[in-house]
Formats: sequence, structure tokens, C-alpha cells
Amino acid sequence: MNSSSGSAAGPSSGSGDESAPRRNSKRPKYSKFTQQELPACKPILTPKWVISVFTLVGVIFVPIGIAALMASNSVVEIVDRYDTECIPANMIADKVAYIQNDTINKICTRNLTVPKDMDQPIYVYYQLDNFYQNHRRYVKSRNDAQLKDADKANKTSGCDPEKTTKDGSPIVPCGLIAWSLFNDTYNFTLGNQNLSVNKNGISWKSDRDHKFGKDVYPKNFQNGTLRGGANLDPNKSLNEQENLIVWMRTAALPTFRKLYGKIHQDLKANDTIMVTLENNYNTYSFNGKKKLVLSTSSWLGGKNDFLGIAYVTIGGLCFFLATAFTVVYLVKPRKLGDPSYLSWNRNPLGH
Amino acid sequence: MAANRPSLNPSAPPDDDPDVLPKAAFRSRSSSSRHRAERIPSSSSNSAVAFERSTSKPVASYGSKRSDSEKLGSQREINDDDARFVYVNDPERTNQPIKFADNSIRTTKYSVLTFLPRNLFEQFHRVAYVYFLILAGLNQVPQLGVLTPAASILPLAFVLGVSAVKDGYEDWRRHRSDRDENNRTAQVLAPGGEFRPKRWKDILVGEVVKVTADETLPCDMVLLATSDPTGVAYVQTINLDGESNLKTRYAKQETQSTPPESNAGLIRCEKPNRNIYGFLASADVPGEKRVSLGPSNIILRGCELKNTRWVVGVAVYTGQDTKVMLNSSGAPSKRSRLEAHMNREVILLAVALVALCVIVTVLAGVWLANHHDELNDLPYYRKEDYSKRETDTYNYYGVGWETVFSFFKSVILFQVMIPIALYISMELVRLGQAFFMIKDKNMFDEASKTSFQCRALNINEDLGQIKYVFSDKTGTLTENKMEFRCASVGGVDYSAASDGEEDGHSITVDGETWRPKMSVKTDPELMNAVMGGEGIEKANRSRDFFLALATCNTIVPILVDTPEPSLKLIDYQGESPDEQALVYAAAAYGFVLMQRTSGHILIDVLGERQRYDVLGLHEFDSDRKRMSVIVGSPDGTVKLFVKGADNSMFGVIQKNLDLDIVHATKTNLHSYSSLGLRTLVVGMRELSEHEFKKWQSAYENATTALIGRGKLLKTIASNAERDLRILGASGIEDKLQQGVPEAIESMRQAGIKVWVLTGDKQETAISIGYSCKLLTSEMTQVVINSNSRESCKRKLQDAASMSSRLAGAGSAKSPLALIIDGTSLVYILETELEEELFEVATTCDVVLCCRVAPLQKAGIVALIKNRTDDMTLAIGDGANDVSMIQMADVGIGISGQEGRQAVMASDFAMGQFRFLVPLLLVHGHWNYQRMAYMILYNFYRNAVFVFILFWYVFYTEYSLISAVSEWSSVLYSVIYTALPTIIVGILDKDLSRKTLLKYPQLYRAGQRDERYNLKLFIFTMMDCIWQSIAIFYIPYLAYRHSDVDVSGLGDLWILAVVILVNIHLAMDVFRWNWITHASIWGCIAATVICVIIIDSIWMLPGYWAIFTMMGTGLFWLCLLDIIVAGMVPRFATKALTEYFWPSDVQIARELEKFQNLNASTISEIPLSTFFSHP
Repeated sequence: MNSSSGSAAGPSSGSGDESAPRRNSKRPKYSKFTQQELPACKPILTPKWVISVFTLVGVIFVPIGIAALMASNSVVEIVDRYDTECIPANMIADKVAYIQNDTINKICTRNLTVPKDMDQPIYVYYQLDNFYQNHRRYVKSRNDAQLKDADKANKTSGCDPEKTTKDGSPIVPCGLIAWSLFNDTYNFTLGNQNLSVNKNGISWKSDRDHKFGKDVYPKNFQNGTLRGGANLDPNKSLNEQENLIVWMRTAALPTFRKLYGKIHQDLKANDTIMVTLENNYNTYSFNGKKKLVLSTSSWLGGKNDFLGIAYVTIGGLCFFLATAFTVVYLVKPRKLGDPSYLSWNRNPLGH
Repeated sequence: MAANRPSLNPSAPPDDDPDVLPKAAFRSRSSSSRHRAERIPSSSSNSAVAFERSTSKPVASYGSKRSDSEKLGSQREINDDDARFVYVNDPERTNQPIKFADNSIRTTKYSVLTFLPRNLFEQFHRVAYVYFLILAGLNQVPQLGVLTPAASILPLAFVLGVSAVKDGYEDWRRHRSDRDENNRTAQVLAPGGEFRPKRWKDILVGEVVKVTADETLPCDMVLLATSDPTGVAYVQTINLDGESNLKTRYAKQETQSTPPESNAGLIRCEKPNRNIYGFLASADVPGEKRVSLGPSNIILRGCELKNTRWVVGVAVYTGQDTKVMLNSSGAPSKRSRLEAHMNREVILLAVALVALCVIVTVLAGVWLANHHDELNDLPYYRKEDYSKRETDTYNYYGVGWETVFSFFKSVILFQVMIPIALYISMELVRLGQAFFMIKDKNMFDEASKTSFQCRALNINEDLGQIKYVFSDKTGTLTENKMEFRCASVGGVDYSAASDGEEDGHSITVDGETWRPKMSVKTDPELMNAVMGGEGIEKANRSRDFFLALATCNTIVPILVDTPEPSLKLIDYQGESPDEQALVYAAAAYGFVLMQRTSGHILIDVLGERQRYDVLGLHEFDSDRKRMSVIVGSPDGTVKLFVKGADNSMFGVIQKNLDLDIVHATKTNLHSYSSLGLRTLVVGMRELSEHEFKKWQSAYENATTALIGRGKLLKTIASNAERDLRILGASGIEDKLQQGVPEAIESMRQAGIKVWVLTGDKQETAISIGYSCKLLTSEMTQVVINSNSRESCKRKLQDAASMSSRLAGAGSAKSPLALIIDGTSLVYILETELEEELFEVATTCDVVLCCRVAPLQKAGIVALIKNRTDDMTLAIGDGANDVSMIQMADVGIGISGQEGRQAVMASDFAMGQFRFLVPLLLVHGHWNYQRMAYMILYNFYRNAVFVFILFWYVFYTEYSLISAVSEWSSVLYSVIYTALPTIIVGILDKDLSRKTLLKYPQLYRAGQRDERYNLKLFIFTMMDCIWQSIAIFYIPYLAYRHSDVDVSGLGDLWILAVVILVNIHLAMDVFRWNWITHASIWGCIAATVICVIIIDSIWMLPGYWAIFTMMGTGLFWLCLLDIIVAGMVPRFATKALTEYFWPSDVQIARELEKFQNLNASTISEIPLSTFFSHP
């Protein structure tokens, strides 16, 4: 009997069912919406449309690509890899020992030749390679509350394994990111004249204003057993330590550049710039490369041909497709909307 | 065999038994025993008859299972252990020691307290949600914490929340209606001896309740007394089973005259059960012997009292124990085929997910193993923590464990590969589709004022893939409005009624004019014969014929007022439309049934009022297939009138009498049934004094017998119904519903095979087949009607060879129609012949099954369903169709004349058969197309995102971090991209209604799984991999040596993917209306806003990243490049396939768009602007 529940299904409740017939008997109100007849446009990919779309994309993409390539070409870029060159020949076998030995003088001099005229501002970047700033352990190792608010110096959650000193006092700024702050320094001279590098305004204003507190000062920083990188001036508030702010914008990819400063002076082709650098930062333990980059910029940013090539390629491909479709449509035309093409109208033997 | 086929229910519609006349007799009880002149003392015996009758048929079950009480029926008394003791008017004692359920009802699923746990429990029946829950749990393990706890739980919480809100709202509405219902009041006998109002929910078992006319009954009550002196009460059970006609119920004579307050006694009744047509009880009335009570003595909650001033009853079942509540079960739950297929692809995706995770795990393991010694020297890894006294490793558990963690972390990171929002999206889309189906004015039945009903909400898309339609005949193909058409009286065929006049025959009573509600066209010749114009012999025979029609039935005439005060209409209420038609016909010929009470019938015979005493009534049963009534005529003679199916009647006709008349009648009957008419044969016999006495004593003995009462009565009936004189035969037309032939033709073109399953005779079935264009003259008919297994086998083999021969004939092949009857099916179904039948039947274009029993209907559906993947649909209107409706993939109930059993069991309900065409061809097509696309799109959309995350893993030393901010990643599938697909899933239409109806063949796209199949899935996934590469690598290469930060690049990726997947959707949208525009573009805008909001929270590392990015030209160029590069392959492929390998749907779309142009302008399509055609 129980098995028959479905067949004998009565109404679920008396009153519930009373309303049911009433509801059912209501004539559905006619509206374009309920009858699913809202005015609508129904696009169809006609040959005209297909060819126009491809042509249009080609017409837009190729010029953009060319403009992008030109922009990229207009950028003058000097890239100098110095991580191996700056090691004395006798230490080349054990680079890690060299870099970890504090007693050795790390000063190194490099001469860079300007290939083309460079208009100011010239951006000075350092480029690290094989440095995974996007590693899970690394990215998470920070505490934003601590950076912003002086009262929250004790908030070091998430900063493992660089939370506190051995005696338990909190490190400000805590975390692996701050701990591994880049500490190579560069000084530029053109001829005998010092090229000043402006290190102000290299970080995002939003970071300075809202993310790093102006009354937060470094505490217990780089006091631990293992020094990770640069020290911070304990008397400068965090929002003024722009190199830290830049560093803490963790890079998305394992090869990245970070802005070191800006040179507000035009350089002429064949100028030779002498760079006096302190090679402090340890990238040797993980085979990371270090490069110094001087670059002008264009409306598209730095030197990168990829986007220009991509645009030209896609634009070209679209032109090709437009032509190909034109040809194919000509060779094998089909009348659109011809009922004789409907499967039940076609001769079952033919086609 | 067909004789004892189980009928579903006492109200088994006559459609399957044209020969079954008065199914009404099942329930409207014979009242002869109550005839005052006879004073057969124990009316209780009578009720037992009724009970036995209804129990002999498994009432509410379509299967073979019956409850014990049904099986044993009247053969036993209820055991005290199984009984409920109700002390009349003594609720205290009744509810001791155990209190019965009170009369409050609760149809809600949840209470405030149980809502959360119970709703969650129900939702977690979905495996996918359990998977997401497990992952969210894993994420809380510190070593595996990929996401912050809040973010990890958010998507799941969101989808659960949306479902919970939906469920909660529905439940709240139920709660409100329950409350209203519980607070209604009823008149309950108070200790003082008067009736006082009491709230429904406070009514107790044992209390005496008074109900007045047109009130709804508050609980199941045993009738004690009614306003009618004979104890009759009429109830309308429309709320219970949907049947709108009145049913008669009786109070026992023993209690009828007792004043309400002095009622006492003990009722012993069955425990509550859900059988609404069965009731077994006995009552000990003080001062009387024990009387037994049956289903005709109980009135059920939910019914309405009609045509009776008041009734007094004692509550026996209350609240949740009432039969209506026990019967309340939701719509059946089925799973659509698309969803089954979808689950296959979900498994594929799960495999892909595991594969991705394994790749990441292996690579991570290899990396860890290689860098094992230098992990502490990597500034970005630094495994040691020096802040403790002793140097400790931080969150590092060795290469092995770290590798294992990598696996779990990658599963957590890539979890959205299984589209979490898909299930809730599907629910919402189906809800929307159901809304449009319900609101469709083309599926609104003007006649019955019913609109389409969606009872099952999860198989909308199945409607687009139906291959077989199994249809009932009566009430489904036909209107089930019977019209008296032909009569053969004394062997003379009078079928000119259609030419005759519509006779509004009326009679005058006390100055008022009474007119039958429906007028019937009369045959002038027959009219003449009745009037005596053709000789006394003919006049007598024809008068007896109509007298038989007017008396031998269970129709109750009810007077209806009209605006004119002096005119009253007689409405003949009864449960059998055939009987109604016969009585209306009799009235048209001057034999107006005026009144039927328990003891007599008042008939206006050609203007003269005559009273016939009802001495006995033999109800219809499926063995005898006839019913009879014994009346005492005004002239003192006792007459037996019998009507029944031809084959049963010719067996009891006196063989040697009127041979020529019998022969002529048979010929007439044959021609009637070939016209598609339902035929009945009427006969009579005069009983001699001696015969009557003999019958009467036997009848009395039988009715008082305690054991085997039903069998005895059957025997008595059979003994009485013999040596009949044939009076004539009637032909009743059941008109085809409007639009049926057209609908069948449309479905045939759509590649849907229509099988008709009917209880009618072969000839009737074939003729209906012709009239609804199912059969055509060029068809070769294969008829299988055998009486033995061997001959069935032989015929099947013949049919098989014939069909193969015809198929071999090639293009000139004529379509084949198989006609098979129920008797043959007995030998075929569930035997090894089934396979052969399947082979033959599937090669036939049309299959007609006649004389089939309800269970055989289900068997035939199963024949197809179990052997093929094809979708089946069953449509029917009566209780006998319930089994097949439940068996088929899609069950449709016609809410018509025959009650709501079919509707209650169905997935969809509608008013007319022809609505199948818009339902399947239009809505089914749309629903399938939309749902198929939505599922594929959901897979694609989530996979694209997962692949972007996957590519990034390679540039993070497999440390499983995502550049996209975690809030954006969790919002991606639930907010950023969810709405447009739902909107498109509800609103998009590939073709207009007009086109779909004009070219029914377009429906075959669904049958061929054109819009969702493995090939499409793989194609979509390949596209998805390409798009993910475009999205990931274009920014990667563009920003490779730059100072871009994680969040900035992440923002670019999330915006790119959201825009790309929305453009992808936009490209596939067929019809753009303002809602589509708003949702797609709005969604992109919403995403931008969300990303901006997330990047405005200084606490997050990505603070201000989006603004910085948007300030650079590179960002915008990347975005544009990604979109174009991502879309080009898809666009080109789409353009190519649509042009060179167009699907039918595509061509129809072009037709739709260009045919106006074609017609009006230069008869060339716009393409001609480009090319000229050969």
C-alpha cells in the first residue's frame, strides 16, 4: 500500500489546494515577456559579417601592433648583468662564501655605454632572476595591519618564520618579504660628474599614504641569526622607506624588475656611465641573476616587442582569414536560408 | 484474461472499458436494501458489499501490492490489536491511554529550529556539495590552507544559501496556509448537548462534529446522521481526488434517528491508512447489534458537503492521520537524461582535475627533492624559524609530506573545475522555464480554464528529446464528453440522429419547467417509434429500451436554478460520462429521470410521472461486465434491466428468441464500433412472482452473510441476469479533442512515434486511429489478436518477416501499423516473446494497443524504455494511466473529466492533448537547447579559470598560489559569471515558435542529442584550453620583464577571463533582448566594480593595484589582445561550420531572418551583395 503513494497522491493540504484551482484557472496574462516574445535582435554569421569582422579586426590590430613595435623600439634600455662579474676572480668558485662574508669589500665598478640618446626621466631598475617573490610561503609572510598601524606592532600573525626575535619581541616590519629586502646600491657618475638618482616617488602613492604608516618605525629589524637583506633606518617611518615599499609589492613572475630610482638628466649616445655598486644581495645561493637596468619609457612602458608582434600577427591572421573566407565563400557558395538544405529535404542518397 | 485485469481504481474510467458501465456503482451504493417496502434489516451488509467491491480492485496502487486490509477485505473482522477504538462523543476515553494526533495539520517541511539542519542535510544529498564541503574542511588544516577560511567556505555557503532561501520561502507559504487551515472553525458537540464552534486544530478523535452544506469537512468522520431521512449525504471530493461529481455517502439507519447528543457507542476502525477508497470498521451501537461500516459511511477531510443541509459525524481520523494528509506526497522525482549525461562529463572533469593535481604534485615533489638541501637558503622559502630558543623548521614536514600536501592544496585550488554553481543554476533555469511554460497562452485551456502545470521541476529539458509518445485514448485523444449517437432498437438501426432536431425536451412540474441541461439530437424515426407510430410492438420495445437507459444507472439528477425563475435545469450527476449520455438521451426521447432516492426512481414517461421502486441493484464488476437493476413498475410487474458490453451480454441473451433481432443488432454494433462509437447492449426480463421471491431470499441471505459476501452477490447477479430479451444497443460518440489529428501529424513529422494504448475494442481503436490520422489508408496493418502463446509467436514472426520484406522493398515501402490486443500482450509481455514484439513494434510507424489493462500500459512503456535510450512520454487522464505515466521518462496528465489521479502522478499537466505540440516542439526544444548549452558553458567557464590557475603554478615553484585575489577567485563562478548564463538559459531561443511549429522536423535535433554530446564537450574543452593559454600567456609575455606585481597581473587575468567568457556567451546568444544585454554587460560591469572594491581594501596586498594597472596602456592593449586572440579560433570555426555544415536549426534561423527579405525584395539574400550565385 505504501508503495502506491504516488498514484493515490492527494492534494498536499486542503487549503493549499483550494488556492491551486484558483491559481490555475487564472488566465495567463498576455505580455511580450511571458510569451517570450520580447523584441530581440538575432544576429547571424553571414559571410558579409564574418568577412567584415575579420577585416575590421585586421584593420585595427595591424596599426596598433606597428605603433606598439615603434613604441618598444623607441625605448632605450641598458641591461647589465653584474652578479658574476662583480665577484673577485679568486672567489668565483664559491660565490656564496663571498657574498656571506661581511669582511670582504663588496664595492664593484661597472662601465655602461649609452647606445642611443636617452631622454629623462631615465628609470633605474634592478632585475632579479629566478627569485620567486610569488612563492606561497613568501607572499603570505607579511602583516599589513602592522605596517599601517603603530599600535599593532605586536600583530605578527602570518609573518612566520620571521615573526619575532629570539626573545619574543616583534619584528617590525615582520615577515620574509621585508626580511629579504634587496640591498645592493648603485652610484652613477657620468664623466666625473655625479649622476644623482632620485629615490623619491618610486613607490605607489597609494602605498605610501594608506598602506605604510607614517608613524610606524622599524623595530628589531634584521637582528636575527640570519640576515636576509637590507637594514632599515629605524628613525625613518615606513612610509618614507620607499625601497621597502617597492620591494613589498611582490612581483608576479620569477624574473622581475624593481624600480631603484630615477635619473632626471638626458644622456647622449656613447656616453659612458660608471656605476659604483655594492654587491650585497645574495642571489648566489639559488643561482639568481642580478641585472642593472637603465631604461627610458614610452606610452607602452618598457621595452617589449611581444605585444607589437602579437598584434601584428593577429591582425595579419585576421586579414588572412578574411581572404580565406572570401575565397571559400566564392568557391562553395551556399544560399542562406534555403529550405532545400534542410536535412529532410535533401535527397537521402545524394549529399 | 482481460476480464480480470486489475483496474486501478474503482473510478477506473470507462474509456478502457466501454463495456464497463457504471463504475459509479462502485461507490455510489446500491440502496435496494434500504428500500423501505422491503426493509431488509441489515444495511450493514450492504456496506460490506461496497467495501468488498472496492477492495477487489487495488485501489490506489498501480502495482500488485495491496495492503492487508485490501487483500482480506470483508473476509475478516478487524483484529483488536490493529484497530483504533473510537468512543462516540467521548473524546477523553477515546484518547486514553494513547492520545491520537490532534487535528492540526502540518505540510511544512521545516520549523524555525529544524530549518537549518534539515535543509542542509537535504542539500548535502548532492555529492558535489559534499565534495566542496570536504575541500572547505581540508582547507582549514593549517598545512593545506590555500584560501582564507572565510573565502574557502563562501562559494558553497552562497549556493547553499540561495537554495535555502528558495526552500525557506516555499515552506513559509505552506506554513501560512497551514495556519489558516488550522484556525478554521467547525461546529463541535459540546458537553451541554449543543454544537459550539471550535477551531479545526482542536478537534479530537471521538468528538461529534456537525457540518452544514457547502462546508469543507475538517477531519475524517463516520457519518452518524444526515438531514436526509434515509441518511444520504452528497460530497464533492474535488480536493481529494479532483473528481467534481457528487458522491453519495450514507449514515447508518441505527444512528440516523438518534439525536446527536445521545450518540454513544464504540467504533472499531482500521489504523489510519492512505487508501481513500477503503475503510473498514464496525460499530457497536447501544441497543443494536454490531454493524459494520465501509467506505461509504465515512466522509473525508477536504471534501465538501453538497446538496445536503447538514450531517453529523464522529471524528475518527484527525490531522496527520486523515487520508488526505496521508496521501499528500510531492511530485515524483525524476532525473533528466541531460543531467545523467552531464554527470558523465562531471566525472571526466573530475578525472581531469585529478590529472592536473597529479602533474602539479609530481613537479612539486621533484622540485623539492632537487632543492632539498638549499631550502633554507632560498629567501622565498626559508624553512627555518629562528625566533624560538631552538631553531625549528617552519611549516615544513619533509619532502614526502610536502608533496602530499601539494596534492591536496592543488585540489583545493583547482576545485572549481567541478562547477559548483551549475546545480543551483540549473534549478533556477528550470524554475524560469517552468514559469514560461505555465504562462504560455497557447497551452491555456479555455474550456476548463486550466493553464499548464509543472509538477516536476527537474525534467524540463527531457521534453526536447522525446521519441515515443504513449497516449491513452479516452479523455486524452478524445474529449470524454459522451454523446448519444446511434441506437439499434429491436434490430433496427436509428442513426439519423445527426440529421434530427436538437430536442430540448422539457417537463412541467408544479408550474415550473424542468429541462435537461444538455439536449440531445433525436432520430425522428425512433421518436416516432416511441410515440407508437410504428406499431405497438416497436413502441413497447423502444419504450422499454429507454426505460432501461433511464433506470439502469447510478445517475443522480440535480436541479439547477436559472436566471428565469420558472425554468430549472436538470443536471445529471454521475461518475460515468457514458451513463450521463444515456440518461440525457432517454430524457430527449421523453423518459426524463426526475428523482432518484435510495428507494425509488421518479421518471417522467412521455409526460406521465411514474414511480419505480428499486428492489435490487447488481453493480458492475469486471467479470460480468454488466450491471442490472430490479425495479417494481407502477403496473405491479417486477422487471430486470441489464446493460453491458456486447460480448458479455450476448452470452446471457435468450438464444432462441428474436434470432433475427440479435443478428441485426450484432451487425449494427459492428458498424457502430467501426465508426468509433462506444457500444452497449441493453436487455431486460420480467421476473415472475416466484422468481422474484427466490431472488429476494437469496439476496437477503447473501447480504447478511459474513464470509464471501461479494462472491455470493456476484453469483446471485449472474443467476438473475439470464435469458434476457434483447432490447437494443446504443452507440455513444466520444468526440475527438480539437486539433488531435494535426498534433499527431506534427509529432510524426518531428520523428516522434505515437503509440495509442486503449481499453477499447479493436474496431473502435482502429476507427479512432483513422479519425485522428494515426492510421492512413496506405498503411499495412498487422493485427495480432491471439488466444495462445503459440499463435502469438507465429503472428509475431509473420509480422517480423513482413516488416523486413517491406524494408527490403526500399523507397517504395509502405508504412506499417501494428495493432495488438491485451489478450495477446498477456502472452507476450514479460516472456521471451517480448524481444520479438520490440523488434516488430519499433519497425512499425504506428502501434495501436487495444483492450489493454493499466498494468499492461506500463509494461508496454517499459518494453521501449528498458531496451532503448530513447526518451518516452506517456500521456493520459485517468487513474488507469497512472502506472504508465509513472513508468515513462516524462509523464503528462490531462486535467480533464476524469479526476486528478493522473495529474497527481504526472510530471506535467495540461488541459488538451494538442498542447503536446507546443510543449514538445516549442518549449521542449527550447528547454533542451538552453539547458544543454548552459551545462556546456558552465563546464567551459570554470575550466578556463582553472587552467589559468594551473599555468601560473608553473611560475611559482609549484607552490600553489593564485595571482588572482582569492576573493575574486571564489566570486568568479558564483557572481562574476553566473547570472548571464542563467538569464540566457531561461530566455534565449534559437528559433521562434512559428518556425518550430512550421518545421516539426527541427525537433529531431534534440532526439539526436545535437546540442550536448561528448564531441561537443571535448570541442568545448579544447577551446577552453586555448582560451586559457591566450588569457595567461599574453600578459605573461607582455609583462615578463617588468615590475608588475602579483595583484596587478592577477587583476588583469580575472578581468580578462570574465570578459572573455561573457563575450563567448554573447557570441552564442541567439536572440538579444534588453534583458540579455543587461545581464551580460551588467555582469562585466559588476565584475569591474567588485575588483575595484576588493582593491580598495588597504588590508589586502592588492591595494590599489587595479587603478595602477588601468592607468597604463599596456593593460588595455593586453585585454583587447586576449579577447580577440581567445575568440578568433572559435569565431572562425563557428563561421565555418555554420556555413558549410549547417544544422537544420541553423538553416531555419537563416530562413527566419531572411525569408521576408527573400519574399519582398529581389528574391536574393544579402549574400548576393558579395557574390552571385550560380
